[in-house]
Amino acid sequence: MPIRDTFWNIPHWAEIAQYVAAFLTMAIFVAGVVRRVLRWRQGRAEKRSGNFWQRIWSLVIQVFAQRRTLDETFPGIMHFSIFWGMLVLAIGTAFATVDWDVTHLFFGFQILTGWFYIVFELMLDILGLLAVLGLGMAIQRRYGTRPARLQNFPVKKLAGDDLYVLVMLSFIVLSGYLTEGLRLAVTQPPWAVWSPIGNAIAAFFLSLGDPTNQTLHLVIWSLHILTAFGALLSIPFTKLFHILSVPTNIYFRSLEPAGKLPAANMENGAGVKEWKQFTWKQLLDFESCTRCGRCQDVCPAYASSQILSPRNMMVKLDAHIWNNGHALHGDVISADELWACTTCRACVQVCPAFIDHVTTFVDMRRHLVDQGSMDKMLQDALANLGRYGNSFGQSERMRAKWTQGVQPAVKDARREAVEYLWFVGDYASYSATLTDITRKTADVFQKTGLNFGILFDAERNAGNDVRRVGEEGLFEMLADKNSQALAKCKFETIVTTDPHTYNTLKNEYAWNGNRPNILHYAELLDQLIASGRIKFSKKLGYKVTYHDPCYLGRYNGIYDAPRRVIEATGCELVEMPRNRDCAFCCGAGGGRIWMDEKDVKERPSESRIREAIALAGVQAFVVACPKDLTMYRDAVKTTGNEKDMLVKDLIELVYEAL
Amino acid sequence: MSQDIFVVVEHLREQVADISHVMLAGARQLSGSTGGKVMAVLLGQNTQGLANSLAADGVLYVDHPSLAEFTSDAYQLALAGLIQERSPRAVIFGHSSIGMDIASGLSAKLGFPVVSSCRNFTADGKFVSQICGGKIMAEGELPAPTALVTMVPGGYKAEEGNQPPAVETIAAPALDNLRISIKQYIEPDTSDVDISKEAVLVSVGRGIQNKDNIELATELAEALGCAVSASRPVVDQGWMPTTRLVGKSGKRVKPKIYLALGISGAPEHVEGMSDSQVIIAVNTDSNAPIYNIAKYGTTVDMFDLLPVLTDKVKQAK
Amino acid sequence: MKIAVPVKFVPDLVEELTIDSGGTALDTSWLRLIINEFDDHAVEQAILLKERGGGQVIVAMSEAEGADDFLFASAAKGADQLIKLTGDFSASNNHALARAYADLLKELQPDLILTGVQAHNDLDGSVGPLLAEYLGMPYVGYVSGLTVAGDKVTVRKEYAGGLIAEMEVNLPAVLGIQAAEQPPRYVAYSKIRQVMGTAKIEERVVADLDLSGGITVSRMFQPEVAERATMIEGSPEEVADKIIGILKELGTL
Ligand SMILES: Cc1cc2nc3c(=O)[nH]c(=O)nc-3n(C[C@H](O)[C@H](O)[C@H](O)COP(=O)(O)OP(=O)(O)OC[C@H]3O[C@@H](n4cnc5c(N)ncnc54)[C@H](O)[C@@H]3O)c2cc1C
Ligand SMILES: Cc1cc2nc3c(=O)[nH]c(=O)nc-3n(C[C@H](O)[C@H](O)[C@H](O)COP(=O)(O)OP(=O)(O)OC[C@H]3O[C@@H](n4cnc5c(N)ncnc54)[C@H](O)[C@@H]3O)c2cc1C
Ligand code: SF4
Ligand code: SF4
Repeated sequence: MPIRDTFWNIPHWAEIAQYVAAFLTMAIFVAGVVRRVLRWRQGRAEKRSGNFWQRIWSLVIQVFAQRRTLDETFPGIMHFSIFWGMLVLAIGTAFATVDWDVTHLFFGFQILTGWFYIVFELMLDILGLLAVLGLGMAIQRRYGTRPARLQNFPVKKLAGDDLYVLVMLSFIVLSGYLTEGLRLAVTQPPWAVWSPIGNAIAAFFLSLGDPTNQTLHLVIWSLHILTAFGALLSIPFTKLFHILSVPTNIYFRSLEPAGKLPAANMENGAGVKEWKQFTWKQLLDFESCTRCGRCQDVCPAYASSQILSPRNMMVKLDAHIWNNGHALHGDVISADELWACTTCRACVQVCPAFIDHVTTFVDMRRHLVDQGSMDKMLQDALANLGRYGNSFGQSERMRAKWTQGVQPAVKDARREAVEYLWFVGDYASYSATLTDITRKTADVFQKTGLNFGILFDAERNAGNDVRRVGEEGLFEMLADKNSQALAKCKFETIVTTDPHTYNTLKNEYAWNGNRPNILHYAELLDQLIASGRIKFSKKLGYKVTYHDPCYLGRYNGIYDAPRRVIEATGCELVEMPRNRDCAFCCGAGGGRIWMDEKDVKERPSESRIREAIALAGVQAFVVACPKDLTMYRDAVKTTGNEKDMLVKDLIELVYEAL
Repeated sequence: MSQDIFVVVEHLREQVADISHVMLAGARQLSGSTGGKVMAVLLGQNTQGLANSLAADGVLYVDHPSLAEFTSDAYQLALAGLIQERSPRAVIFGHSSIGMDIASGLSAKLGFPVVSSCRNFTADGKFVSQICGGKIMAEGELPAPTALVTMVPGGYKAEEGNQPPAVETIAAPALDNLRISIKQYIEPDTSDVDISKEAVLVSVGRGIQNKDNIELATELAEALGCAVSASRPVVDQGWMPTTRLVGKSGKRVKPKIYLALGISGAPEHVEGMSDSQVIIAVNTDSNAPIYNIAKYGTTVDMFDLLPVLTDKVKQAK
Repeated sequence: MKIAVPVKFVPDLVEELTIDSGGTALDTSWLRLIINEFDDHAVEQAILLKERGGGQVIVAMSEAEGADDFLFASAAKGADQLIKLTGDFSASNNHALARAYADLLKELQPDLILTGVQAHNDLDGSVGPLLAEYLGMPYVGYVSGLTVAGDKVTVRKEYAGGLIAEMEVNLPAVLGIQAAEQPPRYVAYSKIRQVMGTAKIEERVVADLDLSGGITVSRMFQPEVAERATMIEGSPEEVADKIIGILKELGTL
């Protein structure tokens, strides 16, 4: 009867040594994990419990099914194979341990016998191959293809860490197969065919004959065991730690809306000055980064200037929390890096470890703002926002100047009840090149018979980007003023022009638990079209592409409404390669529009326009955000594509098709 | 008590500052309504020769080692005695680094009111001051018996006199216990042009078409003795260095004259130059928004205009 | 080292300015007040000096809407003592203001007084030199940098065209700041809010303002401004002549 021949050819001393080693390994492993956990606990408190089943479910999907990891084909399959290959081998080993050290030792019977043993052997043998495949892919990728995102090492010695992991895992799997093959070569059990790989290796060794094979077996078994324990005990000290930290990080990830930034630390100045002012969860973030570089690949700041790589930030932060004697700000993280982030959230969206880079960057920006260290332009913008409630430095009495000449006159929502309160926003109100479109929006609303009004000079910048710049106090002041103004008005729904405004009103304003219905105009137009209130008189017939604004798409998941509106106007929509949640940021977000450009190679907006230009026959680049309009109208000029591509606001299509 | 108008001549490093001629022109007009003489007051050491270019009826010259370089201390002491002794109808100072250091102090010392930022005088002898960044004008009677005035440029042309005026040398009072002394002069750094400090800017936009045409603007700038600045497309193309960029992503400038050549006037650009005292726009598109902020505009083609303008500037010098 | 910075608010030019019905003053009903830009630099310069060489910074201003906010912001930047003059400043002029400050400063006995070199609404001279005379101190304006050594201060005074004169001035002295050595810093709102809890504004009543020495305005008006540019028509030659005329008029040619 087939039975697992445990400790075949292993002398008793070696067996005992193995158990001693196992205990030592466990002790070091536990000590290592405790060391890490204690470090996280030095961070600030943050509540991340609750929603137990939802969290467990995301472990199933993201860890076991590797959902997000599989978003990229080659690296996805690579990691999936290593993960499942190694996991199955580990489970197999655990099973064998139970079989021998529990059931056999204490109860005198073995599970791994008969057909069950044969299936077990077959599974392990085959799935072990998965690990070989994955590791082969990984070696090829890291040392053959050498993608750029794996190449920069802000912390040099980590190159060794990467190599270590691949060497150890490969050696464990290969030495395991060799041990099996050598055993089969000597014992030649009739059921050896059920270990096809081992059997094939055995065939190779047969010619060597005994006792060579037996000696070889003992040597390789010993090495296998030593490496396996070595790898195990090194988990808390190497990159292998992600095996534990990433699932933990996924379990504790924020379940709040993406658009809601956590409040600032206010102890010892606002924001994060020293690493212990990060929350434990942020520290866990740093410890979870696998340096895969996916975030760097999608980062507009990295693409345009290479000043900021979210990957390197995580790597440096992780190194920093273990390294004393360096200042977080300056020595480790430069202000330029922090200011380069557009808060587009592309990195967060792709990170297989579910790291939230943006909150960390904003927390550090908060400290810079607290110190007053920022570039002159940003300083002026913030001063203007504080004084006038807009970044243009114009009087609030000019905010509704665009309404002059609009007939019938735009209602003042402070004086009369309206159904829709239109929160116009700074750019749409003040930017001379955009007010024409703002008037068109008003016109569309009026032609639709919408009962709407605006706040006139009581409106202030909603503060979305003020908050992301790190000026929490100013954000609170702006939010207070807007909330007070809104509290005095009677309305049912708020409509915003700007996705940034939309985000903060919807996710960050307090509303005292009584949040009104808040819509972006793309959503409103979509509803009005669906309900038949907007009827088009013509089909435009343009071939267009659509750019998802970060704060509408990634932040709030609104992808379909604007697309339906575009199609309703009779335009043909062609998607850019980077669309929906993969859309590439225009570069203006997170307060970037108020900052100096520094040394850009290719502006994100220019990269985006080139992406659109590459689509055959597309005539217009449609946007749904006033800042986008500013950025892309400029980018078509600077890339010399003014004649080939029109930049249009969604409302312009609607206006034209009415 | 006289009806004379005194003008405190400003000069630095052996050169009469332009503002002195502007003040003399203003004084000339004022004297028309008050009926006195225009008297230039020149303080210095061995600087009598500077009197020659002054369009004044006479020059009161005070010579003293402590007046060799401007310090408010010595100037105030020297002037206080003179003003008290001659009691002119008005004393005009520049609204400048020199005049502003002494006019108010003298006002407090002598008890005569001081009128700031005077741009011009009316025919009936009233002052007209330009305040609030030029947005507001304030008019009033010149305080009697003696008014101190600080004068801004813009109201009168700076013109030199035809013939040297008569110079009366006045003995300097004791200039003791001076609390301010000059140590040295530091020349402005000319290695890299700082466009935010230029009095005149010739600024080029995308209308310039290509890098070679920048030369046309450079020639004009050389003739004018000023610098060339640019809008972003020009800098992006590498036709001009980033240090010359005006606007949101570049420098904020406020020259006396901003000559915008082929610039449409996008808000991001305007943000950086709207504080210019006078904007002259050259743009073929009569609807270009730049005309909204320019004081003067012309739709002639800049390529027709530039060579002619450069020639004429050279001739005018 | 004790540094005092008397500052004042001026009308914010971002707002459209209008003349009141009397026609001799600005209409204050719509007026928004803002710190005089140069005074802001003076405060910054004082803080920089304190950071460099230690000392105490006193910021003083007369009562106005927003005065408290400005004083607290100064404290958040590093000012140690905040003083607000209260009384009727509606008809005030710079002579009166300088006298009020002089009384205060005689009592405080600072080593150095920094003021903004000018304000855009100065009609009767600037505060700095008036103050210097009332206090019997020397005055240097258009200062863009300074170093204190013993009982003297070395200042960098700017002249037109960028020429700089380095002058040595005996302390105590009044300096008119044109630009601080670095632009006024930004203070985060949270910092100001924190300071509000701890800092105290001392109020000093100024009973009667002595307005003498000021001037009387008989008419205030807005200069004619063309909505659009005055278009210069004609051949390139004619246009060039006109442009040269403008250049000459402004003394730039
Ligand atoms: C975030 C952001 C920041 C920006 N920052 C800046 C900045 O700091 N500075 C800046 O300048 N821009 C900036 N821009 C770009 C700005 O919006 C405009 O794109 C730019 O100012 C346009 O430059 P222009 O006027 O030279 O070109 P255009 O808009 O193309 O104008 C060319 C003009 O020249 C005229 N013209 C053409 N030929 C002739 C001729 N032969 N004679 C006379 N006139 C002629 C045309 O009628 C036209 O009006 C920024 C844009 C963005 C989005
Ligand atoms: C970031 C930024 C910074 C800026 N900074 C400055 C600055 O520092 N200084 C500055 O001057 N500008 C600045 N601007 C530009 C500013 O928004 C205005 O474009 C500018 O002030 C217009 O000047 P104006 O008053 O002459 O024009 P407007 O007041 O717009 O005058 C235009 C005229 O045309 C009429 N008109 C306009 N549109 C229409 C229409 N659709 N139909 C019929 N009639 C119409 C109006 O009634 C008006 O009479 C900035 C803009 C931005 C975006
Ligand atoms: S949020 Fe966007 S810009 Fe910022 S680091 Fe992430 S990808 Fe880069
Ligand atoms: S932060 Fe996430 S995406 Fe970026 S390198 Fe680390 S694990 Fe990869």
